Amino acid sequence: MDQSQTTLPRRFKVVGQRKRRPDGIDKVTGRARFGADMTMPGMLWGLVLRSPHAHARIRSIDSSKAEALPGVKAVVTGADFNGERNDVSINCMAGDKALYDGHAVAAVAATSRQAARQALKLIEVDYEVLPHVTDVDAAMKPGAPVIREDLITAGVEPVPTKPSNVAARHEIGKGDVEKGFAEADLIVEQSFRTEATHQGYIEPHACVASVSPDGSAELWVCTQGHFMVRNVCAALLGLDSAQLRVTASEIGGGFGGKTTVFVEPVALALSRKANRPVKIQMTRSEVFRATGPTASSSIDCKIGLTKDGRITAAQAELRYQGGAFKGAGADFGAMAIFTPYDIENVKAVAWDVVTNRPKLAAYRAPGAPMAAFAAESTLDEAARRLGMDPLELRLKNAAREGTKAAYGPTFPRIGLASCLEAIGNSAHYRTPLGPNQGRGLACGFWFNFGGETCTTINVNKDGTVGLSVGTPDIGGSRASMCAMAAEELGIPYEKVRTVIADTASLGYNDVTDGSRVTFSSGLCTIQAARQAIQRLCQRAALMWGIDAEAVVWEDGHAKPAGPNAGKFEPLSLAEIAAASANTGGPIAGHHEVNAEGAGVSFGVHLCDLEVDRETGSVRVVRYTAAQDAGKAVNPDYVEGQMQGGSAQGIGWALNEGYVYGDDGRLQNAGFLDYRIPVASDLPMIDALIVEEPNPGHPYGVRGVGETSIVPPLAAVGNALRDALGVRLTETPMAPPRVLAALAAAAE
Amino acid sequence: MRYEAPETLDAAVALLAGESGLAKVLAGGTDLLVQLRSGMIEPALVVDIKRIAETRRIQEESGGFRIGAAVSGAEMGEHAGLKAAWPGVVEAVELIGSTQVQGRATAAGNLCNASPAADSVPALVAAGATARIVGPGGSRELPVEAVAAGPGRTSLGRGEIVASLFLPARGAGQGDAYLRFIPRTEMDIAVVGAGVCLTLDGDGRCTRARVALGAVGPRVILAEAAAAALVGTTLDEAALDALAEAASAAATPIDDKRGTADFRRRVAGVLARRTAVIARDRAKGAAA
Ligand SMILES: Cc1cc2nc3c(=O)[nH]c(=O)nc-3n(C[C@H](O)[C@H](O)[C@H](O)COP(=O)(O)OP(=O)(O)OC[C@H]3O[C@@H](n4cnc5c(N)ncnc54)[C@H](O)[C@@H]3O)c2cc1C
Repeated sequence: MDQSQTTLPRRFKVVGQRKRRPDGIDKVTGRARFGADMTMPGMLWGLVLRSPHAHARIRSIDSSKAEALPGVKAVVTGADFNGERNDVSINCMAGDKALYDGHAVAAVAATSRQAARQALKLIEVDYEVLPHVTDVDAAMKPGAPVIREDLITAGVEPVPTKPSNVAARHEIGKGDVEKGFAEADLIVEQSFRTEATHQGYIEPHACVASVSPDGSAELWVCTQGHFMVRNVCAALLGLDSAQLRVTASEIGGGFGGKTTVFVEPVALALSRKANRPVKIQMTRSEVFRATGPTASSSIDCKIGLTKDGRITAAQAELRYQGGAFKGAGADFGAMAIFTPYDIENVKAVAWDVVTNRPKLAAYRAPGAPMAAFAAESTLDEAARRLGMDPLELRLKNAAREGTKAAYGPTFPRIGLASCLEAIGNSAHYRTPLGPNQGRGLACGFWFNFGGETCTTINVNKDGTVGLSVGTPDIGGSRASMCAMAAEELGIPYEKVRTVIADTASLGYNDVTDGSRVTFSSGLCTIQAARQAIQRLCQRAALMWGIDAEAVVWEDGHAKPAGPNAGKFEPLSLAEIAAASANTGGPIAGHHEVNAEGAGVSFGVHLCDLEVDRETGSVRVVRYTAAQDAGKAVNPDYVEGQMQGGSAQGIGWALNEGYVYGDDGRLQNAGFLDYRIPVASDLPMIDALIVEEPNPGHPYGVRGVGETSIVPPLAAVGNALRDALGVRLTETPMAPPRVLAALAAAAE
Repeated sequence: MRYEAPETLDAAVALLAGESGLAKVLAGGTDLLVQLRSGMIEPALVVDIKRIAETRRIQEESGGFRIGAAVSGAEMGEHAGLKAAWPGVVEAVELIGSTQVQGRATAAGNLCNASPAADSVPALVAAGATARIVGPGGSRELPVEAVAAGPGRTSLGRGEIVASLFLPARGAGQGDAYLRFIPRTEMDIAVVGAGVCLTLDGDGRCTRARVALGAVGPRVILAEAAAAALVGTTLDEAALDALAEAASAAATPIDDKRGTADFRRRVAGVLARRTAVIARDRAKGAAA
């Protein structure tokens, strides 16, 4: 957008350009090495035995027959997890109970996959099947089977004396909602439900672990955070984290789902026991049954407004289940739900609930899309009843610089109003709809994160630069790192190579999550480059025999600071590097930080869709996403994030969802019946990048990875309401629900 | 697991009949390999029929077409004569999977996999196709609707193979069509499928019709009442409404992860109607 050029203090040379992605060729030619592409000498195949029951006590496990099978080298169970036995550990390998269909109960390592498969069948598990519950509302009812006997609800007074499926209550708020609703001319109240969705990354989890008898260990793994993998695995297995070196492979998608461990500690435990390298590669069905879906939710939402569209109060009760372990992310939902708006009176109560489902893993803005579905649908309804344009209603109430959010902070410069204006000014917004079509608008918010980060820049003798970062690249971040390093150093983009260093080569880095990498690793890269520049200037000063303070860095060259410094020809980075042996050896820059000031992110989406009223089939025909990127380091990948999140959100809205049978088993553990959109299901998604610089980053960068999945559920739902004349309040808004809603409305 | 690739039907039959464990025929493998890899089945013997010359041919016979059991969807789609005579059957076969799957998948495999949702089967049933079955007891001809016995089960006996499918000569004024409903636009499984084949006389009056419904019962349903609603009419609105109603009534769907019974019943009617309109237009084109 033009405005950015005038508001940003500096003119960029590399940043902001659409540069070729350094990992592109390898990925399109198949040369890139993913989790499953590693083999080691003497490697065994590991397979995991999973519970067929939603809830069962494990009376005993007899693996003697499996161990006797030729080729089998090790069998492990929960008993082999000799470190901390926390929720993550129990999720990786069950303790005395299987808590969901697909829960790991044992694992084998054998010389061939066939032998391992046969061995799994020989493991005898004596289960006592227990009553189960998989629905969030059912799990909260009195009399529901209590699935964790030690779970006492946190955050309620008085402290309950008996365990229940409610792990915690959280409350977010400000002002006085009673007073706010009393001032309202219109109050809209609705309830919503969303089904759990899976991140749907194409690459199943895979790793190769090798534990040596001397206690040192190597792990090759596809993950969003290999430092996290190292620390967690070391803790779960009682290893020394210095002895465990973890290397992150290329990653075929994560979207938050690879921010924890599943098979990694299992492979390490097997390798330790077998004294051989062990590879584990999940099947698609295992991925669906036992890894990271998002929470399912049930939300009541109430908004009060004056006749002229001013929101006087907003209230919500959010119930999320995130599987059999606490931490469903309802608190994030409560913090995010009304944040796009400047509202005096807000109350959001969140209930964190456990059920017999796999443990939730983060999924792009975890907890926020379902909250936005509720709030933005309710607001859409309010706009209809007030006869107001939905965009105007939102602009009127939009949070701006200085707005205090209900969850605490007072916002610095933010981009919601700019996004609304970008949508309002788009050709899309003014294009008339065809027959059976509808249009929906929705806003979205995400917090964004900074976190612990550490990078190193090494200047090579030929004038090229190696940049080591510790944040796995899941969205093209190496390209952005190269761009920021090149920008700062004043050298061409192509002269920088960025690698994801292993855990032995850099200090701790938080995982690639919270839309943090371009912000935090970028910030760290810029600071490391500045340190390298300082050193390059010192070396130039030595070469010239002048004071280091008398040298400045401009356009990739050291130059005398002024006429008093002396008259010397500028020295390029390459010239200084070539002479470095004579001036003190290799030249490097390093920086470490716990980054703050990530800068919140807002987006606004506009969806047109067409409905076949006889079959309930829904086709998105036009879609525009506007989002504040602060500064788009590489516009291609910013657009990619906006489009990708939109596509995932549309899938969530229309067709994706976990289906559980009465037996508590997952019915659709595959891409045939878990329907993510295919390319032909979607139109080209138009991306409007808005740039309101983030004051917390040297270039104004904000994270852009997550916000784009927040508005689509409501944008699609609002468009459906527009097309059908009835509102659907439960995802997936699949054809059977559309037809049923039409039939109900006709009666 | 033993793998054999004989070069004659007799040898294939002998191998299958001689195996005491589970024996499976391998055509394109687009169902079988998926089932093998997922551990759903563990056959002792797999007999690949692709090296048997007569399974690889499309031949004209009595004005119709005999399609070998190993002929792929792509090969059917490239056969101009077949496509002109039976556009509904060919479009149904071509809906199966993607370009890659089309290079392998066969109509006979689609039939013998016995999925209630198999796309080519309602079109074949509507077309009045038959299957030639060879086995230890010799050879017999069976209407395609009699091949599936239930989900994943066929009526074939031990050692029997479908050698070919036969599509009869296309009559004057005849047209066929197939439509399916899927929640996505491709790479999906039919939630409802409808095949219609009908014949119009010189006045545009329907003299003969067959309507088959997929994915709304344990097997593909030959909906005779739905066909009867068309015969004698010019496929006016009233007739099409009656067809839709009869098709919905003929459906015996269940609630499952792919759709509710109520939804499927309604959509069966909608699709039957839309398919009949396409078949009618094709029949008119054929009459002209
Ligand atoms: C990605 C993908 C997408 C798909 N999409 C669709 C779709 O859209 N619609 C659809 O209907 N199906 C679809 N399928 C399923 C499959 O492709 C079809 O059913 C296909 O027609 C099967 O043919 P085949 O030759 O590959 O059969 P195979 O896999 O070789 O065999 C299928 C079954 O029939 C038996 N069999 C095969 N030939 C004979 C014979 N001559 N005599 C006796 N038994 C035999 C086999 O033993 C096996 O049990 C899809 C599959 C995949 C992998």
